[in-house]
Amino acid sequence: MNLSLPLLAAAVAALAVGTYAFRFAGPVLRDRVELPPFLERLMGTATVVLLAALVATATLLDGQDFDGVARPAGVAVAGVLAWRKAPFVVVVLAAAGTAAVLRLIGVR
Amino acid sequence: MRSIWRTLDRRVARDIALVLVADAIVGASFGAITVSVGLPFWLPSLLSVAVFAGAAQFAFVGILAAGGTPLAAAAAGLLINARHLPFGFAVADVLGTSLVRRILGTHLMIDESVAFALAQKEPQQRRAAYWACGVGLFLCWNLGVLAGAFGGTVISDTDAFGLDAAFPAVLLALVLPSLRDRPTVLAAAVGVVIALATAPFVPAGLPVLLALAGLLVTWRPRRREDVRDRTGVVA
Repeated sequence: MNLSLPLLAAAVAALAVGTYAFRFAGPVLRDRVELPPFLERLMGTATVVLLAALVATATLLDGQDFDGVARPAGVAVAGVLAWRKAPFVVVVLAAAGTAAVLRLIGVR
Repeated sequence: MRSIWRTLDRRVARDIALVLVADAIVGASFGAITVSVGLPFWLPSLLSVAVFAGAAQFAFVGILAAGGTPLAAAAAGLLINARHLPFGFAVADVLGTSLVRRILGTHLMIDESVAFALAQKEPQQRRAAYWACGVGLFLCWNLGVLAGAFGGTVISDTDAFGLDAAFPAVLLALVLPSLRDRPTVLAAAVGVVIALATAPFVPAGLPVLLALAGLLVTWRPRRREDVRDRTGVVA
């Protein structure tokens, strides 16, 4: 691949510094500012919303496109098991196992 | 620091160990894929140590592999990683007060460590789960990436093992107990709909941020409640 190495290194550095800044901002701002209770609560709910959206997009999408049924099926099985309070290990292995078996029999 | 490991529940430790193994394999595939598309052998490890965020790393390499510029790759990665800003507000308490812990703990902020912290009730347990998951993943992820970059394409197709389904399943299992009260469920449901509806039209990373608009449905003007957070996230 024909890439300028200094440019590539600079891009990695930019991504690393920017990511660290994103991570650092929350803890630092939390120190400086006393948040009213409703905002404190909102921050907690925000995490749940973000993770739920991550679950949905990571399950159903490949990049920008909806794709396949094997992975959604695996995560659906996991969801039912988690909802029925199955152990975490069972939930995760069932997700992977379901998707793997479906692909093995030709379901993508 | 030693007290952190003692606090860690054995069941939680086992759950974290499973995630470490799965992510080490995904890391190996990341290393192998990156090198196999003709990128320098040091790139996967540099990204994994310095950025330490799987989705952004895959996007970075994917854009370069598709002929995109390094600048476009960095921009895409940054957009995907912007969610760490709100994450930081939620897990600020687990980082502790010492400067060294702050600096290190900040770098360990990833989906899995945040989700494991979220799933614990007591502040002590939250801290233990966050650090155990963060430190463990940093080590396993980087070892996996290194092995993949040098070991080649032994496990380049992690989809065959269903590992692509394991990641959302991990987050789902950890976030499910927090979906207790109606406002939270409603906000999450609206957020999911927004994320899925916008995903085909906006760059990766943005749908998840747009999902935060789901929080608007929890808006209750002029209602006083106590400081304790019902989701148990903010101590």
